[in-house]
Amino acid sequence: MAGAACALYAARAGLEVRVVDRGPVAGGTTGAGEGNVLVSDKEPGPELRLALLSARLWAGLAEELGAAIEYEPKGGLVVASTPGALAALRDFAARQRSAGVTAIPVADNQLTDFEPYLAPGMAGGVHYPQDAQVMPALAAAHLLRASGARSHPGHTVTGVLRTAGGTVYGVRTDRGDIHAPAVVNAAGVWGGDLAALAGTRLPVLPRRGFVLVTEPLPRRVRHKVYAADYVADVASDSAGLRASPVVEGTAAGPVLIGATRERVGFDRSLSLRAVRALAAGAVGLFPFLGRVRALRTYAGFRPYLPDHLPAIGPDPRAPGLFHACGHEGAGIGLAPATGLLIARALTGRAPEFDLTPFRPERFGT
Amino acid sequence: MTERPRLAVVGAGPAGLAAALTAAAQGVRVLLVDAAEQAGGQLYRQPAAGAGPHRPRAPHHGRRTWERLRTGLDRHRAAGRITHLTDHHVWCVAGEYGSAGFTVYALRGPGQEEGVTVRADAVVLATGGYERVLPFPGWTLPGVVTAGGAQAMLKGQLVLPGRTAVVAGTGPLLLPVAAGLAAAGARVAALVESAGPAELARRAPALAAQPGKLAEGAGYAARLLRHGVRVLTRHTVLAAHGAERLEAVTVAALDRTGRPYPGTARRVRCDTLAVGHGLLPHTDLAEALGCALSGTAVRVDAEQRTDVPGVWAAGETTGVGGAALALAEGHIAGHSAAARLYGTVPDPRRWAAADRARTRARAFAAALDAVYAPPSGWADRLPDETVVCRCEEVTAGRVREAVGTLGAGDARTVKLLTRAGMGWCQGRMCGPAVAGLTGCPLDPGRRPFARPVPLGVLAELPDTE
Repeated sequence: MAGAACALYAARAGLEVRVVDRGPVAGGTTGAGEGNVLVSDKEPGPELRLALLSARLWAGLAEELGAAIEYEPKGGLVVASTPGALAALRDFAARQRSAGVTAIPVADNQLTDFEPYLAPGMAGGVHYPQDAQVMPALAAAHLLRASGARSHPGHTVTGVLRTAGGTVYGVRTDRGDIHAPAVVNAAGVWGGDLAALAGTRLPVLPRRGFVLVTEPLPRRVRHKVYAADYVADVASDSAGLRASPVVEGTAAGPVLIGATRERVGFDRSLSLRAVRALAAGAVGLFPFLGRVRALRTYAGFRPYLPDHLPAIGPDPRAPGLFHACGHEGAGIGLAPATGLLIARALTGRAPEFDLTPFRPERFGT
Repeated sequence: MTERPRLAVVGAGPAGLAAALTAAAQGVRVLLVDAAEQAGGQLYRQPAAGAGPHRPRAPHHGRRTWERLRTGLDRHRAAGRITHLTDHHVWCVAGEYGSAGFTVYALRGPGQEEGVTVRADAVVLATGGYERVLPFPGWTLPGVVTAGGAQAMLKGQLVLPGRTAVVAGTGPLLLPVAAGLAAAGARVAALVESAGPAELARRAPALAAQPGKLAEGAGYAARLLRHGVRVLTRHTVLAAHGAERLEAVTVAALDRTGRPYPGTARRVRCDTLAVGHGLLPHTDLAEALGCALSGTAVRVDAEQRTDVPGVWAAGETTGVGGAALALAEGHIAGHSAAARLYGTVPDPRRWAAADRARTRARAFAAALDAVYAPPSGWADRLPDETVVCRCEEVTAGRVREAVGTLGAGDARTVKLLTRAGMGWCQGRMCGPAVAGLTGCPLDPGRRPFARPVPLGVLAELPDTE
């Protein structure tokens, strides 16, 4: 997704773009994601600035690409089950509002106006109209097509070409070299490996997330709904299971429930414990889901960096190399802003805002 | 070990029954877990209790073998060596964290809404196969059923699915289905088999090595002749027609390369079309356990062990080969599992006869596979507007668009971009068609849930991991 967005904005900035992927389009984390375009879960700061820009860009892309990417500006509803959690949520929302987020408090007796099937007894919530949804694989495929970039699926990058002076001038693939004055690392959870091929360091690590998918239903869940403990969880540094499911209906009918967050490396095997946590969380929010069947579950690997911010921009340690990876569970949402900022950097124009927090070299060597 | 070791056998068809009986005879406590009300699987499917007195004459395969298995099962059940858990729809088998044991997760009850778990020290997967059906225009019309579905109706509910039937596709299942329908009183207008006699002749040596099988086939052929059923080899059904339901099919002859001969197409009136293109192994439970596959089947060693310690597999799940092969594999798996559960190394001499039967049956199955391949180019002939994924209503044209303009080169990407295979059947039905249209080999796919599971059941899973 990040690569497709970079290709699109770079091509629109007038550059000739080639996209190299060892697999098919959306073959990595994109194909295992939920398609969250969220501002609601981000605290004021650099990531929220990126998310707000991205939310605007997604709305524009959706107008351009039509229904093909299944963009739905459905909005988010964050609920709190206890007065304590609600107070924390309201405080969080107030700080978000001062950073430009639309966050509307919802009283306990108004919750069912938003979500008629929500469990009774919730303390209250906050409505976030800027939260939206896209179908990630379709979005990546259509952005890539719209970019007009030449695509090389099934080409594995085996090396990054550098001059004696260290300047990057292309990539070596298993099917030949591709020369270019700039190389963008949008390898997601494998971004650290690609950085290493260029002789530089980017400590991208995988965090596993399971998603549960139900049978298709008539639309009963209207927003992206999740419990307030999710917010605390995104910034959490603790290893192990942190289930905090976002429950949402989709255009195609199934309800998506996700995702767990576990640091277990690249282990794809089914974790019934993760699945149980997702199901319990979803049924807790929407009791009617107890009798609804899950058809499948899948795991993806969210790429994260130690400070939970992505790496976006040029790498001064390897001139010509740019990074666009490490977005953790927010890569779909943050992709257009990332692509736009990369395109600006590639063409030497000023960024929309200060990219210092996203500097790839911030972790040292 | 103070208690007797426990072996869960998933599936009570020929392979599962053979494994269960063999292991029980060695003193192992067997939990035979099966979705049906009665043992037998697809092959030895029994009429439902209370089937009407005016039932048509039901066909029955290998009656004597079945009697032997059923008597054995009854004896072991009475002695408490086998517990037969009927109406248990297994959706997952998982290893227990930090121990060598396994938990079998199943659904029970009329709506399959009650979650149950069964614990065991080892598992034999004998989950059988499912039918491969390739789409063609009109295949979603009411009146078009799978060959196996028609057979199941005949055997189980004893309801005659229609009055005038065509049986079509490819594979050894078509003969008994046509014969069964005819014996039950249906007029079978034609048996349309895409393989030709020349292909059969080419494989004659391997096929002749199983004289019993050939005699079985010849027996069906004789019965078809007696009922006046027209057998059209090297023919295919190009399309099914009808307004509300099936009224006729178009049948055409195929040339040596598997393409329809121009000018040979003709309509055959019928109200039932039983269509099948062979079987595919059920590998979901094995895949979720982490067992290695070989092609579309579970990979096993000479003892029928998978590469996951404590997990055996037998029958169609290790490669489609019919009842004789399933019985032999189940027998071997039962011996091996019993010995290893008691901590001993099994002695292959104890299953020497089954080993020989297995070798013969595998050679026979390989020869059949080569004969009964779908006609080449079938996917290219599929019109754009034909639905290939019924659950999500995805047409051949949309799959082609995903491949052509969106750059999908494999079945997983096609699924992501079109939703083909994301519905209720999770791609079991459309998988072969999508693979054919994409131009890639059939991938067995990952289905962590072997069947849909209520979220309420998932939410209340016991903490066994």
